[in-house]
Amino acid sequence: MTHRFDLAEQGVRELNRALHAANGTARADAWHIVNPRGLHNVAVGLDCALDVTVEGHVGYYCAGMNQRARVTVLGNAGPGCAENMMSGLVRVKGSASQYAGATAHGGLLVIEGDASARCGISMKGVDIVVRGSIGHMSAFMAQSGRLVVCGDAGEALGDSIYEARLYVRGAVASLGADCIEKPMKDKHREELAQLLADAGIDDVDPDDFRRYGSARQLYNFKVDNADAY
Amino acid sequence: MCGIAGLFAKTPEFEAELGHHFAAMLVEMTDRGPDSAGFAIYRDARPFGQIKITLLAPPGFSWPDFEHRLRARFAGILGLELHDTHAVIVATDWAPDLIGWVRECCPELHILSSGGAIEIYKQTGLPAKLVEHFRVTDMHGSHALGHTRMATESAVTVAHSHPFSTGEDLCLVHNGSLSNHNRLRADLARRGVHFSTDNDSEVAAGYLTWRLASGDSLEQALERAIADLDGFYTFAVGTREGFAVLRDPIACKPAVIAESDTWVAMASEYRALAHLPGAAEARTWEPAPGRIYSWKH
Repeated sequence: MTHRFDLAEQGVRELNRALHAANGTARADAWHIVNPRGLHNVAVGLDCALDVTVEGHVGYYCAGMNQRARVTVLGNAGPGCAENMMSGLVRVKGSASQYAGATAHGGLLVIEGDASARCGISMKGVDIVVRGSIGHMSAFMAQSGRLVVCGDAGEALGDSIYEARLYVRGAVASLGADCIEKPMKDKHREELAQLLADAGIDDVDPDDFRRYGSARQLYNFKVDNADAY
Repeated sequence: MCGIAGLFAKTPEFEAELGHHFAAMLVEMTDRGPDSAGFAIYRDARPFGQIKITLLAPPGFSWPDFEHRLRARFAGILGLELHDTHAVIVATDWAPDLIGWVRECCPELHILSSGGAIEIYKQTGLPAKLVEHFRVTDMHGSHALGHTRMATESAVTVAHSHPFSTGEDLCLVHNGSLSNHNRLRADLARRGVHFSTDNDSEVAAGYLTWRLASGDSLEQALERAIADLDGFYTFAVGTREGFAVLRDPIACKPAVIAESDTWVAMASEYRALAHLPGAAEARTWEPAPGRIYSWKH
């Protein structure tokens, strides 16, 4: 079943209430949302396998806390897109503003344009694939999950990183504290190829990427410290 | 949190609609700053040798008395246009003389702006109230720059609200907070910069005033600001010919720019631009941290 919702006629609260009505069910309806005009909180808190398409630019926190749903934005997304996502797929056809995918635990976030500063900050298991470039302080304190960047990365990539894996095809302006380049092994190339395929990117060679991750010198969950507790 | 909106007309037809579109942008930024609002509009540019000065008076101020004293003292007063609490003087007299006289003889007046084209209007309360009060939707002009304030660092008064004048035909609006404003204010005061409030954004304006008076171009002054101002900011600076936008290198404070064939606009959020004609097709991007963007007529 396909629904159409016009945000010029009804507000975001009404939209989210209508979408939430399907939460926890097995419904997989398609929703077309028109006239988003940069509004905040479009399609947040979904918890079922809806297929939501937003036709235009959105503001803050679009598809935040998403579970299972597939949300596609035919435009740009403001700050905090897919923040704290748990599962599902969020795809931004344009660019995303700062802290896209922040603290997200799972699912896949695809940004077809660029992502600005702090992309994947404190990511906790989400996979993020950016077709363009990302801004500074991305993957800050990233705990787990994978971040794939087909373009360049800004300054202080992966500062204070834990166990997330970062793959960057272009130039990295600088690495943050305790983030180092690591060898690309076959298992990493396979993982990267799968992520690119999941994101629908088929014209980029996994061999062109470099891998970055934690030197494990900064954070204090070392076995050497076990006696301190 | 605060909101910023700037709109720059690229065609004479759009200049005629500037106020209509700009008012909608400012009102859309209400959620980001509901306690005060203000704007600078560049319009009716005076020929060389004439100056416009915008003044703000406290309630109960007698404008007729003021005009009488003004005309008795200065020979070149061409007009005094009243807009409730605000008045715009047009004169052929030398601006520093006029400003010095107003400061000395009417210390209760705030001098909001001076220049050939700039006028500044601001008040406490919702942006919609400001728009209605000064009939912004009817205004034409080449460009306008506005601010909706949610005070964090200092009091909610009209004197603390934006834009702040930074020199002839120059003004500043700021979203963010500065951390080294006390020290910087004392340094600038020693260099002769005049401050009316304890507001951090006024210090940024004073800093630019000092640099521009020292001979820097606007771009040079903003480059230096990146080194000397500590804190979070998205600045928009209005000039006689256009405006400039700068975000601090950390870039926590948002900004979006869009450009069509007939206008250039910037705002804290895209939703303030979404109502502009052709917004969906306009080239839209987020200004990069620490980079200066500017437009001129």
